[in-house]
Amino acid sequence: MPEPITIRVKRFDPETDAESYWQDYTFEPPSEDSTLLDCINHIKWFIDGTLTYRMSCRSAICGSCAMRVNGGGQLVCNSQYRDHLDADNTITVEPAGNMPVVKDLVTDATGFWEKIRAVDPYIRSDREREAEGEHLMSPEDFSNIDDASTCIMCGACYSECASYEIDKNFLGPAALAKAQRVVHDTRDEEQGPRLARLSEYGGMWDCAHCFACVQACPKPVNPLYRIVDLRNEAHRRNFHDNNGSRHARGFVDIIEESGWLDEAKLPLKSVGSLKEFVTDLLPMGIRMGVKNKFRPNPMHLLPGRHHPPVPKMNEITKIIDKTKAADPADNE
Amino acid sequence: MANETDVQAGEPGKRYAFYPGCVSKGACKELKTSTELVAKHLGIQLDELREAACCGAGVTDDVNPEMTDALNARTLALAEQKGLTLLTQCSTCQGVLNKLNKEVQEDERKRDRLNEVLADTGYQYNGTIEVKHLLWVLVDDAEYGLTRLREQVKQPLDGLRVAAFYGCYLVRPSDLLGFDHPHRPTSLDELVTALGGEPVEYGGKTKCCGFPIQMMNPKNSFGMAGTHLADARDKGADTMVTPCPLCHLNLDARQPDAEGALQELGKGSGRLSMPVLHVPQLVALALGYDARQLGMATHIVSTDAVEGKVAAAGA
Repeated sequence: MPEPITIRVKRFDPETDAESYWQDYTFEPPSEDSTLLDCINHIKWFIDGTLTYRMSCRSAICGSCAMRVNGGGQLVCNSQYRDHLDADNTITVEPAGNMPVVKDLVTDATGFWEKIRAVDPYIRSDREREAEGEHLMSPEDFSNIDDASTCIMCGACYSECASYEIDKNFLGPAALAKAQRVVHDTRDEEQGPRLARLSEYGGMWDCAHCFACVQACPKPVNPLYRIVDLRNEAHRRNFHDNNGSRHARGFVDIIEESGWLDEAKLPLKSVGSLKEFVTDLLPMGIRMGVKNKFRPNPMHLLPGRHHPPVPKMNEITKIIDKTKAADPADNE
Repeated sequence: MANETDVQAGEPGKRYAFYPGCVSKGACKELKTSTELVAKHLGIQLDELREAACCGAGVTDDVNPEMTDALNARTLALAEQKGLTLLTQCSTCQGVLNKLNKEVQEDERKRDRLNEVLADTGYQYNGTIEVKHLLWVLVDDAEYGLTRLREQVKQPLDGLRVAAFYGCYLVRPSDLLGFDHPHRPTSLDELVTALGGEPVEYGGKTKCCGFPIQMMNPKNSFGMAGTHLADARDKGADTMVTPCPLCHLNLDARQPDAEGALQELGKGSGRLSMPVLHVPQLVALALGYDARQLGMATHIVSTDAVEGKVAAAGA
C-alpha cells in the first residue's frame, strides 16, 4: 500500500461560508500510480461527498479539471500524485485563479469564454467553395496552426495570467492562442482586420511574456509562443503604429547599430506621442538622472548610434545581414 | 563604487565565461560592480565576453527570431571556445540564452541552421556548454555553493527580513530551466538564510514584475510591481532582493509609479518605501562590504534602512 498523503484543499460554499478555508484530507491513495484526480475522487467517494469539483474524461482531453496545484494552474488528471508531494507528503489544491469561485474547486469560466468569443474564433471567407468542395491546406501551412489547434479550453493558462490579473481588458493567453490559430489559417480572409484589432490595447502587446501560460498549458499550445507568432505576423504585415511594435523594432535597430542595448534610447523609440514622453518617461528620467543612474543625452533624440559598439561589431553586422535576408518585412 | 584595493581577493576557484548583460552596463551598473566584487572575494573567476551581443531580452524575437537566435548562438559559441560555463547575472539573459541552448542541444536541424548563419564569421556552436545564473552558482555546491558561502559570512544579516523576488525567467518554463520548483522556488530564500537573513513568505514572489509591458500598458505594468511590493511590505519585509536587473528597474526605479498605480487600481494607497537589492549586493553586505562599495546610493528607493539594520546586527 502507498504511504498516506495529505491533500490540503481550499474550500468554499457560498451558502454557508463567509470566506474560503483550508481542509486537510489524510489518506492512503488508491495505488502508487494513482493520478492526482484519482486521489481527489477518492476523497469524494470515500471520505467527504461534499467536496465539489469538475472532472470528466480523466485523459487530458475534456479540459474540465484545471485547478491550482501547489500554487500553479494545471489539469489534475494527467500526472501522478507522487510528482506533487512536498517534503511533508502534502499536496495543496485550490480553484483556478482569475475566475470567481462557484463552490470549492469549481470556478465560473464566463470571463474566459467571453475572451474566446471576443477574438471571433471562426474562419471568415467570402470565397465560393471550390468545385471539389474542399479548401486544401498544405502540411507546411497546417504546421503553423497545429500547436494552437490542440487547445482543450481548460483555462489553466487563463488562471495564471499575470497581465489579466491586473487588467481585465487583456484578452489573455487562451484567446490570443485561438486568434493565432485563425490568423494563420490559410482559409481565413480576415487576417488584416484581425491583426489590426489584436494590435490594440488589450491585445497581443499587453502580454508580459512571463511564461506562466507556457508553464500551465497541458498541451503544446504554449500560448506565449503563439502570441510571439502573432507579433511576427503583425510585423510582417506592417501593423507598426503601436508602442509594442515600436519597442521591438527600436530594440532591433539599436542592436543593429551597436550590438547591445542603449537603454536610454529605447524608450524614446517606443513612445507614440509627446504626451507619453512627458507623462511616462520624463519623471523617471529625472529621477534616475538625479541618482546618477543614467546620464541624459539629448543626442538620443537624433538618429544614429550614441554609445560605443561592442568589440567585433563587424561579426554582429554580418550575422544580422544574413538573417535579414530571411525576414520578409525587410524585403518589401 | 568599489575600489579594487578595498576588495579582499579569495583563493582562485572555478572560471566562468561571464555574460553581464546590457542593463548592468547601463541603468544598473551597480549590479556588475557588486557581482565582480563578490566574485573576486569568493575566488569565482570571471572571463567577460566583451564581444558578445545583447540577448534580445525576449523582445527582438517579436520581429526577428532568426537574428536573435543567431546572435545568441554566437554568444554560446564564444563561451564554448573557452570551454567555460556561461555565467549570467540577469534572469532575462539566463532565460533567453538557456532556452536557445536547450533547443540547440535537442534539435540538430536548428543547430545546423544556426551554424550555417554563423559560418561566415567563423563560429560554430556544438551545444556542449551550460548556462548558469549567478544565483545558481552561489547556491549549488557543485559550483560555489552555500556550504562554502556560509563560511565566508562576516556580517550575518541577523534580523533582516528579506522578500525574495524570483520573477519569471529563472523559474519558467521549468522543463527548460529545471533548477527550482516553478511555483515554490527555494534557491533565493536558501541564499537569504545562509547569509543570516530571514526569508519572508509573500504571494507575488514568482509573478511578473511588469517590466516587459512598461511601454505598452504602464498602468498594468506598475500595478504588477506595486501589488508585489505592497504584498512584501504587508508581510513585514525590510527589503526585496531580485536576481534580475529588469525586475529591479520596475520594482525600484518605477516604485513611485507603482504607488500611483496601486491608488488608481483602488488597491490601497500609502508609501511603499521598499528597498530592492540585487542578489550580489545582499551577498556583499553579508561578506562585510559597505553599501557605498555596492552602488546602493544609485537606487531610487533609499536603502538606508537596510544598511542600518545590517549595521545594528553587527554592533
